Amino acid sequence: MENEKFKIAGENWQIWLPVLLLPVWWLVYKNLGVAADWFVFSLLGMTKGTHLAEALWFFVFEFPKVMLLLTLIIFFVGIIRTFFTPERTRKALEGKKTFTGNVMASSLGIVTPFCSCSAIPLFLGFVESGIPLGVTFSFLIAAPMINEVAVILLYGMFGWKVAAIYVGTGLVIAIFAGWVIGLFKLEKWVEPWVYEMHVGNGGEEEKLTFKHRILRGYKAVKEIVGKVWLYVALGILVGAGAHGYVPEDFMAALMGKSAWYSVPLSVLIGIPLYSNAAGIVPIVSVLIEKGASLGTALAFMMSVIGLSLPEMVILRKVLKLPLIFTFIGVVGTGILIVGFLFNAIF
Amino acid sequence: MEIKVLGTGCAKCKSLEKLTNEAITELGITATVEKVEDILKIMQFGVMSTPALVIDKKVMFSGRLPSAAELKEIILKNQ
Repeated sequence: MENEKFKIAGENWQIWLPVLLLPVWWLVYKNLGVAADWFVFSLLGMTKGTHLAEALWFFVFEFPKVMLLLTLIIFFVGIIRTFFTPERTRKALEGKKTFTGNVMASSLGIVTPFCSCSAIPLFLGFVESGIPLGVTFSFLIAAPMINEVAVILLYGMFGWKVAAIYVGTGLVIAIFAGWVIGLFKLEKWVEPWVYEMHVGNGGEEEKLTFKHRILRGYKAVKEIVGKVWLYVALGILVGAGAHGYVPEDFMAALMGKSAWYSVPLSVLIGIPLYSNAAGIVPIVSVLIEKGASLGTALAFMMSVIGLSLPEMVILRKVLKLPLIFTFIGVVGTGILIVGFLFNAIF
Repeated sequence: MEIKVLGTGCAKCKSLEKLTNEAITELGITATVEKVEDILKIMQFGVMSTPALVIDKKVMFSGRLPSAAELKEIILKNQ
């Protein structure tokens, strides 16, 4: 039969390829510094210490590094995510008490695949199956804010400590903001039709083989890396320019520790600014290098990624305006506290 | 067979509709392909992430765009 050839999508070698590529990846990753040195100072013959050479070296080193990290980790994240579908997350959250529910929803928000285009169906599905509004919000806050691209870039450009701080504080904000919204009992500000609609049960789950999951890893790399590489390149390009040409303490007066107003200002500026993590992290890394304090930079980044205008517009379909403003207010306050806290500690 | 592509209008949803139509033509299967864009109707299938594919009222997958080969595999299995 002709049909035979459609029986299994994907080839067997695709399962083994990652195992073979991993050592190659490691070798390249470990030698990026040497390669960048050779390219800038030997091949192009530039002098160490000049602005142009510094800027170029920064780009030639950082861009491949971040791309390598993205490719590797997105591949595994793609595989891991096949185990966490929104449907499973919903089932896991059903009947959970508040707070326990908030903690679970925030944690699941990190691993469950999410894009702002599916915020509405997710919201409807959650609320319909009786998951409290506050718990649903915990999920909706954590899912976009703590995403794999942000964490990988933070790890690549700042190290694991800052990445861990970001994930940790993001989780705390999502848990408490959702919990607080739950306390307010704001169900009256959800559009009434939400509670009147009928939601089906989704039917059977897809049965996935090991091979399917590996193929999803490839797919995730193709989709996500294919989409963000340009933002990464642009972000690092701006970063490289600033790295080479902007004076060391340029941002200190505006975004430094002594400027208390810098935290609220960063949050306010961050709300209408809409960028994905791929573009914002390299820029934040330069802000810090040029004198911005960690708390302020963190607050700015969380505000840009976590509170986005397009998502609010989408959510307006199911939420009345007062609830949207409460949402922004509560999350914004959480980000403020994180910003002030880190400025005070570090 | 009756195929429904569920999707609000995201790029992946349009791609899935196109891929499905192509798959059916290539496989020579007689089937109707309908795009469901109304969020309320999509929710009735219990789908929380789009695009999703429904064959004869059964949800095959949701929240992703499969490759052409995988899509054909799914359609053939559920003929």
